[in-house]
Amino acid sequence: MARAATTTDVFNAVAEGRRRQILDVLADGERPVNDLVDLLGLAQPQVSKHLRVLREVGLVEVRGDGRQRVYRLNGQPLKPIHDWVRHYERTWTQRFDRLETVLTELQEAELQQREEHEDGTDE
Amino acid sequence: MAPTNSGTAVVTLPADTQILITREFGAPKHLVYRAWTTPELIKRWWSGDRGEVLSIEVDLRPGGSWRYLMRANGGFEVAFHGEYREIIANERIVLTEIYEGLPEAQAITTVTFAELSGRTTVTVLVEHASKEFRDTHLDYGMEGGMQEAMDHLEQVARSLR
Repeated sequence: MARAATTTDVFNAVAEGRRRQILDVLADGERPVNDLVDLLGLAQPQVSKHLRVLREVGLVEVRGDGRQRVYRLNGQPLKPIHDWVRHYERTWTQRFDRLETVLTELQEAELQQREEHEDGTDE
Repeated sequence: MAPTNSGTAVVTLPADTQILITREFGAPKHLVYRAWTTPELIKRWWSGDRGEVLSIEVDLRPGGSWRYLMRANGGFEVAFHGEYREIIANERIVLTEIYEGLPEAQAITTVTFAELSGRTTVTVLVEHASKEFRDTHLDYGMEGGMQEAMDHLEQVARSLR
């Protein structure tokens, strides 16, 4: 099988800051391309190029509305990235669950110490 | 006191070179700090469910070094080391961090302890020199699960074509 061009990989598609910016804007609702040009402060050909990359991996969809082309977000292809990070998160969750157990013991020990101390001063 | 279930660690990627891990604990920060910096205590939590901690070395002072060594469930050893850059007891630790399997990728990690009403939020901000190193860190951070994750990535990459 021929190797996929890098830009058709969703990980690479979102590795570019401007493209993530486009996704952030579209997360609030669909937008015509002119809005994106204004909001990003980029020239139209650059915005179109980024949109093309995002379309290739399915992260944005386009529909015609009169003479305008309106873009909207499709979050589904982000799932592999989400899963990948969640895996790492699981490692930290397991680690932190154990830390929580250690902390409970430290708290109990501290409480006990304090009670003993208070008992001592009462006498 | 019953253990407080504070839920899961939350991992986000605030910038191309960063990993941010946060979690709230049902304990005051001086205890969280103690558990985070005392070798006998670190031994009990750092490997999570992924293996067994073999040794923890902590020289807790600016310029002091640290090294954590564990044996992952797959049988192989995983070690990290680095140097403390800044230490504010119970508040903040800044340290360098190197995974010994990839010594050229040194990260700078800032751990912050913030207490509110007896509960402590820990944030771990890992800053790498490049996105590539950051992504590799996310892979090796899975330790025992790394191969599985790479297989998964491979599958994903294929399905995207």
